[in-house]
Amino acid sequence: MQRHLISAADLTRDDAVLILDTAEEMARVADRPIKKLPTLRGRTIVNLFFEDSTRTRISFEAAEKRLSADVINFTAKGSSVSKGESLKDTAQTLEAMGVDAVVIRHGASGAPYRLATSGWIDAAVINAGDGTHQHPTQALLDAFTMRRRLVGRDAGLGQDLSGRRITIVGDVLHSRVARSNVDLLHTLGAQVTLVAPPTLVPVGVHTWPCEVSYDLDSTLAKSDAVMMLRVQRERMNAAFFPTEREYSRRYGLDGLRMARMPEHAIVMHPGPMVRGMEITAEVADSDRCTVVEQVANGVSIRMAVLYLLLGGNEPAVTHTRTTEEK
Amino acid sequence: MSKILIRGAKVLGGEPQDVLIDGEIIAEVGTGLSDEGTVVVEADGKVLLPGLVDLHTHLREPGREDSETVLTGTRAAASGGFTAVFAMANTFPVADTAGVVEQVYRLGQEHGYCDVQPIGAVTVGLEGKKLAELGAMHESAAGVTVFSDDGKCVDDAVMMRRALEYVKAFGGVVAQHAQEPRLTEGAQMNEGVVSAELGLGGWPAVAEESIIARDVLLAEHVGSRVHICHLSTAGSVEIVRWAKSRGIDVTAEVTPHHLLLTDELVRSYNPVYKVNPPLRTERDVLALREALADGTIDIVATDHAPHPHEDKDCEWGAAAMGMVGLETALSVVQETMVATGLLDWAGVADRMSVKPAKIGRASGHGRPVSAGEPANLTLVDTAYRGSVDPAGFASRSRNTPYEGRELPGRVTHTWLRGKATLVDGKLT
Repeated sequence: MQRHLISAADLTRDDAVLILDTAEEMARVADRPIKKLPTLRGRTIVNLFFEDSTRTRISFEAAEKRLSADVINFTAKGSSVSKGESLKDTAQTLEAMGVDAVVIRHGASGAPYRLATSGWIDAAVINAGDGTHQHPTQALLDAFTMRRRLVGRDAGLGQDLSGRRITIVGDVLHSRVARSNVDLLHTLGAQVTLVAPPTLVPVGVHTWPCEVSYDLDSTLAKSDAVMMLRVQRERMNAAFFPTEREYSRRYGLDGLRMARMPEHAIVMHPGPMVRGMEITAEVADSDRCTVVEQVANGVSIRMAVLYLLLGGNEPAVTHTRTTEEK
Repeated sequence: MSKILIRGAKVLGGEPQDVLIDGEIIAEVGTGLSDEGTVVVEADGKVLLPGLVDLHTHLREPGREDSETVLTGTRAAASGGFTAVFAMANTFPVADTAGVVEQVYRLGQEHGYCDVQPIGAVTVGLEGKKLAELGAMHESAAGVTVFSDDGKCVDDAVMMRRALEYVKAFGGVVAQHAQEPRLTEGAQMNEGVVSAELGLGGWPAVAEESIIARDVLLAEHVGSRVHICHLSTAGSVEIVRWAKSRGIDVTAEVTPHHLLLTDELVRSYNPVYKVNPPLRTERDVLALREALADGTIDIVATDHAPHPHEDKDCEWGAAAMGMVGLETALSVVQETMVATGLLDWAGVADRMSVKPAKIGRASGHGRPVSAGEPANLTLVDTAYRGSVDPAGFASRSRNTPYEGRELPGRVTHTWLRGKATLVDGKLT
């Protein structure tokens, strides 16, 4: 059976909870003097990054090394070869080298899905972010962070996020993080509200399992977690909103707004943060902001995913569409 | 040239008749014709149509002979039952001078599989900045009557107005690729529910509809005729319907793939489904079928767009847009229009031969199947059903969305001015 992690939408509730529970186990490894497990000894994993992302690559690399895998980093930045040729050719080169798993980041939506289903390679494919489509391990680490903060570390084991209310704010249109989170949080029983100016919400969003609001202030009081998305400065030139200041006034999270959130509510951000734009320094540096925890949790989640895909006896994650085609 | 007797063919789907070809023309149509001195083709209830005419074909020569040439493209056309194709101008070099259009025209004549009528570019290099020498192309041996920057939209309203006005001098028509460029920056597929989920850049229906609305108004203002290429949305149908009711001289085409396929297929991320304009929704597909049936959409045109394997065997974002279509067009039309009861075979002849010849002023094509007419004919085994196997294509490219799909109908014979180009499904 082929085993891949392409989309957060492919995870069942039980798959997702198993990954979160396994990540709790993995987190304990980080507390040990020697932060290493022998699980993936002798397995080779390639981090295939067609798009810059130092933090995601390092997070995967740390996870792979803590599981004792052999790691190859491939950065295809600035290749003059046409993108299509280089993805297929590169994949087949890696296949010839006996790679067990490919962690792929690509600027084109669907590239990991193509890699997993086109017959170019047999290795497991883990999506580390594709275009504006999906970033499933990000959604898993976000859910993991929420469960730890809102349910509790040990109390959370076996639990999902039923009844929790999560607000995701910002550039939903271009965000694979938002797409992945909507899918996974819905699967885990949470109620999701997307908040953005109408220009940054995709046409067709009405079919997503979430609410959509254009008004941040009205959603704050009923949020258990508020996730701020990064807004790229170049969006301003494309007339998605008038000015940085206006965006900040209407959709930025500052101390006043944070004060309107329930006391237990947390502030999240996938990073890197643009301070002063979508989030003020006051909020970013507060105890309620989980940005640094999210980074640490990212390693635990990626260890769990790799462990379950490559090391565990029972496959926790299956990609159903792939299975049908194979 | 010897005489050919096509025996027992359902002419335009009607009662079985015999058709006698003598030389380049149809000599006689009737029942019980003598087969003395003739080569007999037993049609046995097959449907006989006037040779099909495609107003929208990409032959790729000159410039991209690795994907198609005039020879391979016209062989594909003959296999699909076509006796004339209009070759789009987006070649390398662009067909924007008398020299290039004459070259393409001459290659078609030399190969002899079907007539090739070049389409001239509207603007130099398809760049939208300066009118190409439309008159010179018309006066050339190719006798160009259709002008298009297809692949790109003539988006500058003044340029479009001037082109529409200018071609009136020689009865030309401007065929518009309706795509507002700013609204489709980064577009990868139809904008809607599926694009939102897949995270692929959206190509909104309004980008097509707004240009069509503008162009029918321009055509009305300057009293010219305009043709809309590969119309793909329900909204576009409404605009064309309104324009026709107002007496505006507009014609429109729909591709076979827009009559059958929807954007749900893009969920596979298989670039074989990547095409411009993109596959739309089920609602659009049904509206297009209705419009073709009621005449709002005048014709079917293939937008046959061959691409080499490597341009499709990659991730979606990097893939070329387009599908081959000449060899499957009639089958798709049978599946979507005839089997559904929307069109009879006379209607198919009208939409795939008579009207496209008329729009393109190809006077020798799209003629009635009757005595004295040029013997441009296509014989179709409509009872056949089989799955599409691209390995058997005459086209140099294999980028068909129908691989393995079962479709009805098979062209068995094609005659170009009495000369068989396809016999029993095999090219001559």
